[in-house]
Amino acid sequence: MNITEKILAKASGKVTVHPGEIVDAKVNVAMVHDLTGPLAIEAFKRIGTEKVWANKRIIIILDHQIPAESVKAAELHKKMRKFAKDQQLRIYDVGKGGICHQVMPEKGHVIPGTVVVGADSHTCTYGAFGAFATGIGSTEAAAVFATGRIWLKVPQVIKIVVKGQFGKYVTPKDLILSIIGKFGAGGAIYKSIEFAGPAIRDMSIAGRMTLCNMTVEMGAKNGIVEPDKITLNFLKGRITNDLVPFEALKSDKDTSYAEVVNIDVTDLTPQIAYPSSVDNVKPASEMHDVHIEQAFIGSCTNGRIEDLRLAAQIMRGKKVKDGVRTLVIPASQEVFLQALREGLIEVFTKAGALVCGSTCGPCLGGHIGLLAPGETCVSTSNRNFIGRMGSKEAHVYLASPATVAASAISGSITDPRDLEGGNA
Amino acid sequence: MKITGKIMKFGDNVDTDVILPGKYLVLTDPNELAKHALEGLDPAFTEKAKKGVILVGGKNFGCGSSREQAPLALKHAGVKCVLADSFARIFFRNAINIGLPVIEHEGISAKLEDKDELMIDFKTGMIQNLSKDKSFQVPKLPTFILEILEDGGLIENLRRRRDKK
Repeated sequence: MNITEKILAKASGKVTVHPGEIVDAKVNVAMVHDLTGPLAIEAFKRIGTEKVWANKRIIIILDHQIPAESVKAAELHKKMRKFAKDQQLRIYDVGKGGICHQVMPEKGHVIPGTVVVGADSHTCTYGAFGAFATGIGSTEAAAVFATGRIWLKVPQVIKIVVKGQFGKYVTPKDLILSIIGKFGAGGAIYKSIEFAGPAIRDMSIAGRMTLCNMTVEMGAKNGIVEPDKITLNFLKGRITNDLVPFEALKSDKDTSYAEVVNIDVTDLTPQIAYPSSVDNVKPASEMHDVHIEQAFIGSCTNGRIEDLRLAAQIMRGKKVKDGVRTLVIPASQEVFLQALREGLIEVFTKAGALVCGSTCGPCLGGHIGLLAPGETCVSTSNRNFIGRMGSKEAHVYLASPATVAASAISGSITDPRDLEGGNA
Repeated sequence: MKITGKIMKFGDNVDTDVILPGKYLVLTDPNELAKHALEGLDPAFTEKAKKGVILVGGKNFGCGSSREQAPLALKHAGVKCVLADSFARIFFRNAINIGLPVIEHEGISAKLEDKDELMIDFKTGMIQNLSKDKSFQVPKLPTFILEILEDGGLIENLRRRRDKK
């Protein structure tokens, strides 16, 4: 079996499972945030069960509309705080956490070899730690609150084997954009994507998270990477609870896959997803004169310390072009603090970028930096759908932190390798 | 379980941001959400859907976010069922969980035209095109999913199963 099958077999008390089989799996941890949690709480109350199945296994994270951007949002947050208090659940409130998909592994709630569900589509991010993690809706989250179980169809698995060395200013974001461009937005519906190969083994946790995070943009059920020393180093000292003993599962050597794709990243270049579909991907080098009004560095896809370091490396000592507003949003309080210690916040601020507190905010057009009709934004986030970041007449291009930083400086979407060349 | 209704047809990759933009996710009243259903693709959608419609999509219908407000807004705007060549999996589950029937069948979109009137029998998987006097069969939904839909959603289903015990 591959790692996804092994996790699902274990969670459903079976010796083996096969693609297409429906299993009733035990959930290790479930997460909801401020835009999916209120509906889940309502649904949970309608079930009529008094107490949740296990109060230590349900995590509430306020991240989408924080700090409350309206009275309506404040009411939802209040409702969630009350539910957390009544049920004695762990809640990460304003200033205590950050974006859910960064906070969950940072705070040790993602354990390799277990099933994690979250009422957010990018829950698949946690596959970077060798967990089976997938997004669910609010009603389903309520059912998990009550029962601790979920039915899942065992997915077919596509193995993507990555080798080679990333070039300068070429990142895992460029890799996943190029993969989505090839597969198409629905190219992996219901399937699992397992990332393997030497380039994945050399990759940081941050890079693996970016890859797994965006597997949902091609319809995948989950993305996953076998845990290794890099995983263990990240999790050391973070997993403090003893809900499940850590188990570093690996795919069997002789297991078969629905498809195996080999990729060499040596010749990969910076990639851009054009509006209004994540699979509309072309090399950044083909971009000409696309002027921007906004640049956004952040989100659960690219708001980690490694991303901020890369952006700061490009922006250090330079100025954001007049007419461009640049937003930098660290993925969590921990990332914010680290960026502060390393002087990155100063680099961004001196360059004329606005550094905001950790939130999902602009990525989903929730608050902070919405776009007006006709405006263009280049963003490190994960979706460029019509209306995603504000007006439905705005245009969103997706790119890596290096490309977005270079574009903020030049004022138009720029291959970061060109900016180095001297036009800045 | 049977429904009838006229088709409103859309293309591939109808995403959750056009079904219900993120800025409305702070709304909690389903009827308020419904006012903004599909406004990203058709600002007059709510008016057209009011009397009850069947949506037909191409591939990957409902891709994007896990927001259950997307199928909820469609349901309360008057959508009786969504048919598509394929669905994004979270949307598919969400729709069933809130009691909005969905049928997935490769090639179904090409068989149907905008404004065709359909009668769908979920128990048998038989779809009658009343406008064209034609009918065809799609695979039946698994029994446990049909039961969730008949109960009106997952919560009602959980309650009924618990009360039966």
